[in-house]
Amino acid sequence: MDALTTFAQLLAGGVLTGLVFALVAVGLTLIYGVMDVVNFAHGEFLMLAMYATLGLALLGLGPLLGLPLVVVAMFLFGIIVYRVFVRRLLAGPPEATVFGTFGLLVLLQGFAQSAFSSDFLSVPNPPFSGTIRFGGLAVAQANVVEGCGALILTALLFAFVEYTETGRAMRAVAEDRIAATLMGIDVQRVNGLAFGIGAGCVGAAGALLMLSYPVYPTAGVPFALTAFVVVALGGFGSISGALVGALLVGLLEVFGGFYLSPELKMVPVYLAYLAIVLLRPQGLLGRR
Amino acid sequence: MPGRRLALALALVLTVTVVPPGAAPAADPPDIIIGSVIPLTGALAQSGAGLRVAQLLAQDLVNGHVSYPLPMVGKSGLPHLGHARIKLVFADSQGKPDQARAAAEQLITQEHAVALIGCYSSSTTATASQVAERYGIPFLNPDSSAPGLTARGLKWFFRTTPSDATFAENFYQFFADLKRTKKVSVKKIAIVGEDGLFGTGASDAEEQLAKKYGYDVVSRIAYTATTTEVNAEVQKVKAAAPDVIMMASYLPDSLLFMRGFKDQSVQPKAIMAQDAGFIDPNFIRTEGKDAEGIFTREVFSLDIKYRNQSVPLINQLFQQRFADKPLDGNTARDFMGVLVLADAIDRAGSTKPDAIRTALQKTNIPGNLTLMPWKSIHFDATGQNVGGVGIIEQIQDGKYETVWPFDVAVREPIWPMPVWTH
Repeated sequence: MDALTTFAQLLAGGVLTGLVFALVAVGLTLIYGVMDVVNFAHGEFLMLAMYATLGLALLGLGPLLGLPLVVVAMFLFGIIVYRVFVRRLLAGPPEATVFGTFGLLVLLQGFAQSAFSSDFLSVPNPPFSGTIRFGGLAVAQANVVEGCGALILTALLFAFVEYTETGRAMRAVAEDRIAATLMGIDVQRVNGLAFGIGAGCVGAAGALLMLSYPVYPTAGVPFALTAFVVVALGGFGSISGALVGALLVGLLEVFGGFYLSPELKMVPVYLAYLAIVLLRPQGLLGRR
Repeated sequence: MPGRRLALALALVLTVTVVPPGAAPAADPPDIIIGSVIPLTGALAQSGAGLRVAQLLAQDLVNGHVSYPLPMVGKSGLPHLGHARIKLVFADSQGKPDQARAAAEQLITQEHAVALIGCYSSSTTATASQVAERYGIPFLNPDSSAPGLTARGLKWFFRTTPSDATFAENFYQFFADLKRTKKVSVKKIAIVGEDGLFGTGASDAEEQLAKKYGYDVVSRIAYTATTTEVNAEVQKVKAAAPDVIMMASYLPDSLLFMRGFKDQSVQPKAIMAQDAGFIDPNFIRTEGKDAEGIFTREVFSLDIKYRNQSVPLINQLFQQRFADKPLDGNTARDFMGVLVLADAIDRAGSTKPDAIRTALQKTNIPGNLTLMPWKSIHFDATGQNVGGVGIIEQIQDGKYETVWPFDVAVREPIWPMPVWTH
């Protein structure tokens, strides 16, 4: 096998990996952008979405058929969490949201463990289990579907925030909460929507990830961890930044893993993260 | 206020129900307390529930009068101690090393346990056994396989289960047997393991023994178990073109590797797994026919040809107590662990830690008096049982079938493994 094929294979793997990361990161960055809240329970939202997808799949609504339902359910769940919980945190000191959402993380993990046990569960006979080949390259169908999903989701979210009335309201709230209130924007409603949409995005991500990953109470943790790095790299609050950051992380991880050593695959990722934080703290596409 | 009244009532109920120890009738000798540190809550709680049932079953059989061909069973307690009964007291490790340490401390200082048993995961066994060492209390570990546990120079630590080093050695013995009977040849080995205590220990043992047995390690890969992709790792293995891939992985990562090997057409003659993810019930369910031909080491199987006729009977008793779930490698080893401790305490004829330790060192239980496929139970100077052997299973027709050692095997091994079907 020549070096060029390996390189191309790694490139393909890196891009697809990056897109999977983007899938999880966009919801996180939206919530941060609008509310200045880093939702530490983001990975647990993902985990809940994965369980919901599994439940629907067991009822005969396979991962993709169940996707819209999971998105709607997670959207509503997000709004409820905002109304009941996050709204109160926002009224407190800034640390309240950090500790509050972290507490939510612990709560949701504990809930999942008592309700679903700590077993690994996966969708039986998932669709897209084949391999796509062209030339000497091979990629898993499921990863391609997940990647396409990430692109569509990012595009939809971007269009929503840029071109709709509600999206404009969200940007206004992000820019200056007080001014937005004075302009007659219902900040609570916008915040709730943003939280709901962020949760809906992670719902879509969870449904797609069930194509290739098992779910267990801490299944969201590794994805959320990468998502935080992605969002910091791309710029907190920037949707296109999340996509760029995710691709960067995916490529660095895969290439670093092969050309340095698998043990060191996260080193280039965190070096890039450090460099960005030091030299351009707002992130690649973030605004100051 | 109703809340306060409720709290008061609760406090009262608690005070009455917590009976102080030593309330047993004076005529009987006092119960002998064995402290058990296992995960009762947390991520490993499910496994812990089974271990608890297995240990309690062993306790009840020791205290009972029904006889089986097993050590110390059916003698109505410990004869050399006036038929005193053994009593297990459990403390929760939550699967966390720091909690395991606290649990061991509590069992020794507050429950006055004469010996400890536990703790399932190697990292919790490591900390709990340090506490026992400090207090000079014998610690019996029936179920943790990290090789390093017996390399710490502890005086009070005894391990009945074979370690991952034994299991790794079994792989090479299996190859030697295959070479002899089927003329297959294996040269190049790729070693892939997660970078925690489990994977590192297994991979280290595999690598050292490869040299001893004359195999080439063409690739050694350590990765983080919680990774979400293994692109680079799979390409590394592919470039090394090994005859055999040895894997030490948990479930999510084992699935990622299987997927990667298949997509990238990495086609070794065999994949040899150190159980864990590869024996998770979801492994076969998820992989379907891609799982066919995978070898994995195991510690116990109900299907092997047993030398001890009590295996199905004990299994039946266990199932009655544990929602019909059969004995597995972990529960069978924990069951045996309690018997080994009971045997040592009885021979010691005393509950003094020193006497129990000396008796443990002199333990000599033949393999046919155990549930396990072992040759015997007796400990070397490090506290490791030297009679332990693993078995090798292969996934055939969607089931784990024992294929080695040949004398207990129920099926012929399929070698090489099937070609990936795309």
